[in-house]
Amino acid sequence: MAAISFQSVSKAYPSPKSSKAGASNGTFLALDSVSLEIEEGEFFGLLGPNGAGKTTMISVLAGLTRATSGSVRVLGHDVQTDFAQARRSLGVVPQELVFDPFFNVRELLRIQSGYFGIRNNGAWIDELLENLGLTDKANANMRQLSGGMKRRVLVAQALVHKPPVIVLDEPTAGVDVELRQTLWQFIAKLNREGHTVLLTTHYLEEAEALCGRIAMLKTGRIVALDKTSDLLKAASSNVLRFKVDAELPKALADKARITGRIVQFPANDALEVEHYLAAVREAGLVAQDVEIRKADLEDVFLDVMAQNKGSTHGVGGAA
Amino acid sequence: MNGWQTLLYKESLRFWKVAFQTIAGPVLTAMLYLLIFGHALEDHVKVYDTVSYTAFLVPGLAMMSLLQNAFANSSSSLIMSKVMGNLVFLLLTPLSYVHWFVAYVGASVLRGVVVGVGVFVVSAFFTTFSFAAPLWIIVFALMGAALMGTLGLIAGLWAEKFDQLAAFQNFVVMPMTFLSGVFYSIHSLPPFWQGVSHFNPFFYMIDGFRFGFFGVSDVSPWLSFSVVGATLLVVSGVALHLLRTGYKIRS
Repeated sequence: MAAISFQSVSKAYPSPKSSKAGASNGTFLALDSVSLEIEEGEFFGLLGPNGAGKTTMISVLAGLTRATSGSVRVLGHDVQTDFAQARRSLGVVPQELVFDPFFNVRELLRIQSGYFGIRNNGAWIDELLENLGLTDKANANMRQLSGGMKRRVLVAQALVHKPPVIVLDEPTAGVDVELRQTLWQFIAKLNREGHTVLLTTHYLEEAEALCGRIAMLKTGRIVALDKTSDLLKAASSNVLRFKVDAELPKALADKARITGRIVQFPANDALEVEHYLAAVREAGLVAQDVEIRKADLEDVFLDVMAQNKGSTHGVGGAA
Repeated sequence: MNGWQTLLYKESLRFWKVAFQTIAGPVLTAMLYLLIFGHALEDHVKVYDTVSYTAFLVPGLAMMSLLQNAFANSSSSLIMSKVMGNLVFLLLTPLSYVHWFVAYVGASVLRGVVVGVGVFVVSAFFTTFSFAAPLWIIVFALMGAALMGTLGLIAGLWAEKFDQLAAFQNFVVMPMTFLSGVFYSIHSLPPFWQGVSHFNPFFYMIDGFRFGFFGVSDVSPWLSFSVVGATLLVVSGVALHLLRTGYKIRS
């Protein structure tokens, strides 16, 4: 049985008046007939630019939003008709840094356990606090915690009922290196113990390192879906990377990915490498720190997004 | 504790943690009304022959405080959770709409009753009162608090900003409580306003509640019971419908 199953799921929102995008009848499609199966025990990545529909997918999965058509199941439980079982199976870490200012960390976790009908959850709560580095904050009020600490509490809240399926919606946005490492170690451990993990992130390095399979979403459609290793293999090209001190001529710049001083070109063989370096020299520029590296997930991602530029329908606003 | 009991506990703990503001404050306000109106009107107003004006005032003030605080509890809790975004933790749980209803209204009833009892305890220092029909007192206190807790639930779901909720409180709840006969018997009103008062459900809550103390009232307690009960049923139906359809909380 699939841990998570989307079957032709669409979600239409009324169009904001300012937006010209969208279907003719005043709605735009945040999700356009998305079908996806995630097997039990997978570590699955859901990638896409802002507004692609990632959070809408998670909201539909969590029952926060109702799909316009199609059905979504968690471990076989329909999220609408069998919502209680579906929600028991699901632990969701929301993207927004929200908290309840009336309670301290331990009270919050006890209350959250109680909502799921779990009594005497102290041992598991202690383990969560320990693993997320929150033990010494257990009696602190939520208002006193830093952003990173609040993020850890969100993760703990999502896990109080030991859900077999864990959903993390950009859990590392604005989070320091230390927490990212602690968090991923803990989530990877849970994944090894059999929990299914669905992750959305803009940090493609993290997705490449952690996810066994990846789906890429754009304007509400899945535009790529494969094992991470196969996605990387399919890209197979190398990347020529160097630094320049001045601006590239437009003809060259159009083909390059430019981040500040760093310029990168996809280059499959020595001939292409020579071609680009010669073009840079002819423009009167000096390429410094030249290196050739293997394409990574970011290259694949940009490639996939560029290929699907022709998409005509509306862009979802629920990032 | 199971799910809805936890939510009831959490909603009660929420106001209890700020009891100075949610309980002591309203009791103090009621005491100020009692001192000032009692002092100013004691010798001028006689509602029932056997009852002093201050003693007449106490049940009305207690009921008014109970109603306002029952409303405030569910409405402010919901609007805060919505504005702060932490309602999501509740939306992710397996609790059903009936569970939500019972827990939010239950906590409102609890706060209303605590405040109402507080008003009596403090006013016992200023006046004495009788308990002619205690069962009616309990019935109207519970029904009134439940009705206002439910109205607060609806207002909290509907409002998107704090000022919308304040408008509901200032333009609906406050006028209806003040015009319900807390400070007077509607028999002292001109016939037109007497007639209008009969369309105000708050009037029946206060009048029925007061019957429990003095054994006299403007209308029969059974009529008050029927009107308040019917209103409670209608309002509960609306609230349950809104929760079931996820009005403004599940898109």
